[in-house]
This record gives sequence, structure tokens and C-alpha cells, in this order.
Amino acid sequence: MLGKVSKKRRFNIAVLKALMYLSAAVTCALVVFIIVYVLAKGVPNITWELISTKPSYLQNKIGILPDILNTVYIIFAALVIVLPLGAGAAVYLTEYAKNPKVVRAIEFAAETLSGIPSIIYGLVGMLFFCQFLGFGTSLMAGALTLVIMNLPTIMRTTQESLKTVPKGYKEGAFGLGAGKWRVIRTIVLPECVDGIVTGCILSVGRIVGESAALLFTAGFGHALNGIFEGLSSSGATLTVALYVYAKEQGEFEVAFVIAAILIVLTLIINISASLAGKYFKSRRNK
Amino acid sequence: MKNKSRIIENTVYGIFLILGLITVAFVLLISIYLIISGIPAIKEIGFTDFFFGKNWAPTKTPQEFGILPFILTSIYGTAGAVLIGTPIGIFTAVYLSKMANRRIKSLVSTAVSLLAGIPSVVYGLVGMLVLVPLVRVAFNIPDGASLLSAIIVLSVMVLPSIINVSLTSLEAVPKEYEEGSLALGAKPVETYFRISLPAAKSGIAAAVALGVGRAIGEAMAVIMVSGNVANMPSLFQSVRFLTTAVSSEMAYAAGGSLHRQALFSIALVLFIFIMIINAVLNFFLKKRKGEN
Repeated sequence: MLGKVSKKRRFNIAVLKALMYLSAAVTCALVVFIIVYVLAKGVPNITWELISTKPSYLQNKIGILPDILNTVYIIFAALVIVLPLGAGAAVYLTEYAKNPKVVRAIEFAAETLSGIPSIIYGLVGMLFFCQFLGFGTSLMAGALTLVIMNLPTIMRTTQESLKTVPKGYKEGAFGLGAGKWRVIRTIVLPECVDGIVTGCILSVGRIVGESAALLFTAGFGHALNGIFEGLSSSGATLTVALYVYAKEQGEFEVAFVIAAILIVLTLIINISASLAGKYFKSRRNK
Repeated sequence: MKNKSRIIENTVYGIFLILGLITVAFVLLISIYLIISGIPAIKEIGFTDFFFGKNWAPTKTPQEFGILPFILTSIYGTAGAVLIGTPIGIFTAVYLSKMANRRIKSLVSTAVSLLAGIPSVVYGLVGMLVLVPLVRVAFNIPDGASLLSAIIVLSVMVLPSIINVSLTSLEAVPKEYEEGSLALGAKPVETYFRISLPAAKSGIAAAVALGVGRAIGEAMAVIMVSGNVANMPSLFQSVRFLTTAVSSEMAYAAGGSLHRQALFSIALVLFIFIMIINAVLNFFLKKRKGEN
């Protein structure tokens, strides 16, 4: 029985196996190459002066502190706004929405939002936030654009965590005479935490890596500002600064320093996402 | 007392209703803005001249606004990226779901999620300094910034989407199918490709559709490696995509000019492409749900 596999079949199996190993190896090799290459090119050029000062044309030097701060500001502003919106939408969907048509419309809208490319967000953000609402080219306009982009993510992760709320808890509370709002406040919302934390990590990752949506909304400014001043003025995040330095100014050393920082951030975000996932899973299984 | 709690309940309901409907509002906002700002230029330029014109020259007199080069470049570039990315992605997904042991699986999965997490400007930078010179030397052309370079970068960028969605659907294939095939004498590898893969075909199709969406919407990585000249697409020439057409000229197109409005029209065309791809994606995702 065992020896009866024909030569042709054995050959096909060997080819398929080889292709599988090769594809998986190519995928891994690409990641390793990109990470190692960027770190090798970027890390040696990281100096304290570069990351702690702002650029100056007079002294002909570059500093990326403003870009780092802008990234922090925009993450903060976007998250503060998107978290209540996304979590609220998820609560509405799981607790209130009864009409299947409404549910379908909301889910369809969320799917549509997650499929729209960031350049289109950038354009609409520019038209709506910068021009129509009068924010001008500013970090705040950029943050609001990012809010729309990240809404589906927060909504989805919160919804996932709400699905795990045991029905008995809610029924028990209703049975004891609690109103809907009380049940949501005391039983449903605390269960959102998992989803919100996961959604936060994913959103931070997406915001850190975003550039196309910010080009025309947040702009290219390199001034050193405090958070409130910063949000109301134009500012480049790390990714936008990388693009400007590499494409427009040919400053590849600085570009690689920024790229190395971005890679390290990506690694940290990935690790935290998987740690958070594991932690919540083990807690839930208790 | 009762009245007060009813008021609270109703207010809370109202707030959550608004929050729930906000996604719908955003989608409407985006669609309406794009349609309103995109239609006028198409009307003024003329439907045929806009969609089938081969020249894009907004700064010349007379101005020309043909976006056929961008449309074709986006289609070719996306097709090329998906053609390269799909086989690699599917083979990797089959390997991960059926053959790899747990440690290798978690290692490769980490690699895939990192690949998804790397910012597009970093892909652009590496592409600009590694891939573009490589393409120039390998094919002996004056400038490596070309459609080919863009296709290669995009094919790497679509890999994670294709792998992840294929993987989920391969893992959802009922065990009985595979066991039946094995019991009839097929070898494991034959079973994976003859039984598991066809059984997961809706999921694979969704994976490809998602990859197409990612590729056609990518702007920053592409702008850094494609050279950005509005040529009709050819593999070794500098080209411009729908996305990069918008991003490269928006900064200097004068406010209110036909040029600027035409850029909005390009965005509208891109949006329509994306909506079609999303519809295809949803169709396959629904089909997959029905199958399981």
C-alpha cells in the first residue's frame, strides 16, 4: 500500500512542499531584511542632539524632536475622541439596536470605512475639517481625520469584548429591577475594557504608521510647540517627516533614523498587542 | 421618581443612538464630499476627455486632463502585485495552517503581523534605496523608479492581508473533508491542495479582493518608488497611479482651479474603484459565512 504512490504524484508533492517552504521563508526573510536593514542604517546615526532639538536653517542642522512630539500629540488627541465614539457605537450595536436594518447599515458603514484608502481620508479631511470647519492645516484636523479612520477598529474590538459578557449577569441585574442604563454602566461598560485596550494598541499602531491622510490635514510644520499650541498649528508626524526628508530633501541619514524609530515602535506595538491578547484570554478563562 | 429615571433612560438611549449612527454619518460625509467636489471637473473637461484622454498636462496651454494613464497604471500595478503576492501568500497560508508546528507557526505569524505593521513610508524608503537601484542595474535602464519597482513593493505590502484572510478560511475547513481524503489514500500534501484549498475558495477570493483594495489604495510607498511621471504604463518606465496623482499635485494646485477640481475627480474615481472592490469582498465574505 505504502509503496504504491506513483513517481508523478511523489514529484508533485515534493514540488508543492518546496513551494510552501519557499513562500514561508520568503515572507520571513523579507521581514528580517527590512528590519535589520533599517536598524543597521538608522541606529548608528541616532544622536541625542538629533532627537532633542528642532531643525534650524540658520545653523543648517536637523532635529526631529518636534516630529516626535507631534506624533504623541496627534495620537493623544485622536484617541481621546475616538474611544468614546467607538465604544459607544459598539454598546449601541450590542445592547440597544433591535432593527436588523439599522444594525446592517452600521456594520456596512464600518466595513466601508475600513476599506477606504488613507489618501481619500486625507482629501476629505482637508475639505471638511481644514476648510469647511475652519481648523486650517493643523494637528487637530489631522487627529479628527484619524478619528474617522480608527473608528471601525475601536468599534470592532469593543464589540468582540462585549460578546463575552455572560447573559446571566445582565438578566440577573434586570431581574433585580435595574434600569437599562444602570446595567450598561455597571455590567456592560466594565467589560469593554479589554476591547478598548486592544483597540487602543491597534489604533496607536495605525496612527504611528499613517502618512497619506496627514499630508494635507496636519501639514509639514517643524516648530516646537506645547500640546495646545501644537494641536492648533501645522505639524509633521514622524512618518510625514520621513517622507519629506527622504523624497523632497534627500536627507537619507535622518530618514533612516526616523525609520529606525518607527520600526522599534512597530515592534513594541506588536509585542504589546500580543501580550494584551494573551492576558485578556487567560483572565477570561479563569 | 419614575419620571426622572425614564428621562435618564431616554437621554442615554439618544446618546448611544447618535454614537451608533455616527459611522453611517461619516460614510455619507465622505461620499457626498467626494461626489460634490469630484463631479464639476468631469463635467467641464468632458467625460470622454477625462476618462480616455492619454495626456495629463494641467500646467500647459491648452490644459489637458486625461487620466487614462493613471487608471491603467493603477490597474496594472495592482494586478501585478496581486499576481505575485497571491501565490506566495496562499502557499504560506497553507503551510501555516496545515504543516507548520506550533513554534514555527507563531514565529511566522509574528513576522506576518510585523509586515502588516511596518509603515508604508518605511517600505517606500527601503524600496527607494535598495529596490530602485537594483531594478536599474538588473534591467539596465536609466532609472529604476518604475512600474516594476512599484509592483514589487506593493506585492510585499499585500502579503499580510492575503496570508491572514486565507489562513482563517483554511482553518475553518471541516476536518471531516480532509480525513475523508486521507482515508481514500491521498497523501497529506495532496489533500491540502486538492481538498482544503478548494473548500476554502470563497475565503481565498476574499483574501485576494482585500489585497486588491490594499494595493490600489496605497499612496506613500508607491510615490517613493514609481518615479511619478504621468506616462502610459510600461513596466520599465516612470509611472503615476491614481493615488499618487492626487497626493503629488494637491500641494501646489491653486485653490478653486480646474486643476485642483480635477484632482478631486481622480479621488472620486479611486473611491468608486474601492467601493466596487469592497462589494466584491463582502460578497465573498458572506459566501464564506454561508459555507461554514
